[in-house]
Amino acid sequence: MSISGPLIAETINIEPSDNMQETLQEALILAEPGSRILIPAGTYNFTGALSLDVPNITLQGAGMNSTVLSFKGQTSGSEGLLVTSDNVWIEGLAIEDTPGDGIKAKGVDVITFKNVRVEWTGGPKAENGAYGIYPVESKNVLIDGALVRGASDAGIYVGQSQQIIVRNSRAEYNVAGIEIENSYYADVHDNVATHNTGGILIFDLPNLPQQGGHSIRVFKNRSVNNDTPNFAPPGNIVGSVPRGTGIMVMSNRNVEVFENEMGENATVNMLITAYAEEFDDEGFNPLAQEIYVHDNTYGRGGWDPDGLAKKMIAPKTGVPLPDIVWDGAVGSVWDAFFGPSDDETIHIKEKEGTSFANLDFVYDMIVPWQAGIDRDISNYGGSIGVLKPVILPQDSSEKTGD
Amino acid sequence: MRGLLPAILGLFLLSFGAVTANDRVNDTALMQKRPAKLLSTYGLFKNGAKQTPNSGVHPYDLQQPLFTDYASKYRFIYMPLGMSAAYNATETFDFPVGTVLVKTFGYPADLGEPDKNIRLVETRLLIHQASGWNAWAYVWNADASDAVLKVAGKTLPVSWVDAAGDTRSIQYVVPNKNQCKGCHTYNKKITPIGPKARNLNKDFFYRGGVMNQLTYWSDNGLLKGAPVPAMAPSVPKFDDTHAPLDARARAYLDINCAHCHRLEGPASTSGLFLTYGEQNAVNWGYKKRPVAAGRGSGALRFDIVPGEADRSILIFRLISLDPGIMMPEVGRTMVHSEGVQLLRDWVNQLK
Repeated sequence: MSISGPLIAETINIEPSDNMQETLQEALILAEPGSRILIPAGTYNFTGALSLDVPNITLQGAGMNSTVLSFKGQTSGSEGLLVTSDNVWIEGLAIEDTPGDGIKAKGVDVITFKNVRVEWTGGPKAENGAYGIYPVESKNVLIDGALVRGASDAGIYVGQSQQIIVRNSRAEYNVAGIEIENSYYADVHDNVATHNTGGILIFDLPNLPQQGGHSIRVFKNRSVNNDTPNFAPPGNIVGSVPRGTGIMVMSNRNVEVFENEMGENATVNMLITAYAEEFDDEGFNPLAQEIYVHDNTYGRGGWDPDGLAKKMIAPKTGVPLPDIVWDGAVGSVWDAFFGPSDDETIHIKEKEGTSFANLDFVYDMIVPWQAGIDRDISNYGGSIGVLKPVILPQDSSEKTGD
Repeated sequence: MRGLLPAILGLFLLSFGAVTANDRVNDTALMQKRPAKLLSTYGLFKNGAKQTPNSGVHPYDLQQPLFTDYASKYRFIYMPLGMSAAYNATETFDFPVGTVLVKTFGYPADLGEPDKNIRLVETRLLIHQASGWNAWAYVWNADASDAVLKVAGKTLPVSWVDAAGDTRSIQYVVPNKNQCKGCHTYNKKITPIGPKARNLNKDFFYRGGVMNQLTYWSDNGLLKGAPVPAMAPSVPKFDDTHAPLDARARAYLDINCAHCHRLEGPASTSGLFLTYGEQNAVNWGYKKRPVAAGRGSGALRFDIVPGEADRSILIFRLISLDPGIMMPEVGRTMVHSEGVQLLRDWVNQLK
């Protein structure tokens, strides 16, 4: 398969028309594999969802502030644009005000979002769509230079996918800025997550075709000033994220969080927890294990905890909450007494003075005589070994030769 | 004279050929990569306006149809002469290349008189070509003289008088090819949904008399390997109150939701699987938490809360018309109140 670019570079120039719904959709259906579809600068209104199912297509606008696809008047379809074909590159356009998700890519091998903006222009509101940029069950996902604002769930959401890079992007005024869920092999770096409820979330949930998230690196991001009250419709997992969470790892194995800047997050800068809801799924591991947090910088945090953190954590740690909080959930009473084994624990290497608490919650159990918390960061040395960088076939800057 | 004979013979063959093309389904046109602009090109109907099928094109229907804004549907199947589908007890039959599934959507002016004043809206074709199935929608002219291909779909106003005597008006959505695939997908390939044994295992009023459809298909060479109907799976009609409530509800979810909500379908990511045979209770929604549902969760915690329809996301999404919430995502612009009532009754008696 050719992944570096179209073999036959047929270019389709979309002419603005009174009925862009039909004009653009027809082009998206009739385009031959290998085509570039160019949308000129302008704001275009759509009443239904757009979809692309032809492989090896570049869909390109004149820039994220110039070519605007507005779905303010959308009456049908649960997203703005749906991509279901392999090797698709979307660049330089904006999707605005979809009642549902912004751009969804389902089951795609090699999908790129380059300098794409997805925005709900009325600011953070529960009526906004759930996800901005939303690849799911996909492989080789590149999100580079994106801007997402106002998603009522997650701005940039990668779910049940593998081989993922999210970089140089900005997520603000969403409930979750960037969320990687039930995914394997992801690099999330050099992003800015600000004014969300929670900045960057690495989650794993039960009862899904792909679960057991692992091998994720979160580095060189700025997750600061996440101060928007949670506006997610209750019932969704991000609905429980406290306002003012910097980086949060829930469940998952082999996650490395390093060289990030966290600060001005009123609940907590760095939070590591188990999946705490009831579930019925024998194959699911709810614990966060082998999480390695190192060389981050911590600004102010934890002075005004929100929601569950206020109820569950603050009474144990006091306010402000420490820079790093781990619920300490481990698998058995044995582990609770003698401490978690090496492949169950977390590792921390931060500069002097970084504050920490292991809350020593025992998963699904109440052990009243073990009510203390452990603040001694030196008990959590060691590391998890080096996670390899993610390399994507469509990412020329990472290519060593061709 | 000698030179003239072949010419006359040729002329004769040509005109004979032309007559044949009108008389029979146009296999050549059906197998073209590009779809025909006009539905009549395919020769599927003797009389399109009256939905009279051509020879070799057989009408059928389903025990439990998908709800599509109360549209009447006229279904036909065509297979090239001598070909037949292979029977499958649970999945769609394995249809040979050359098969065409035809579904015409129409509205009688008055649902009280379902056979009168029918306005044909669109005819959808699923054509099985060597490269796979292809889906196209044709929109009927006002005088029903022919139907025109709409690659990008279309939205058009439709109104009718419903069973209660009230006028209903909607913006009817003709799907584009990708939207067709949005439902008609199995492991990423376009696939028919309806023609499964359990949906076809019922009597149909053929011109020659009443016959079980599986028997008719077998007798007419359309289907190989089918057992006698009594040995084949079947589902009850959703409004057949003599049938068990659980079977009716699961059959309704099966035909309306399970083409997407199954491991091999577009909604696999949700983990909600609604096929008729799904046994895992969490998978079919029982106390299952929403995933990536966004506003679709409606501030509710589970897809199905046993005994509490009003607290079940399943019901919440079926009674919504908001594109960010409603289910199914395409195919309806109004609420199927009868179907919702069935599911409410079902959820409310779950323990």
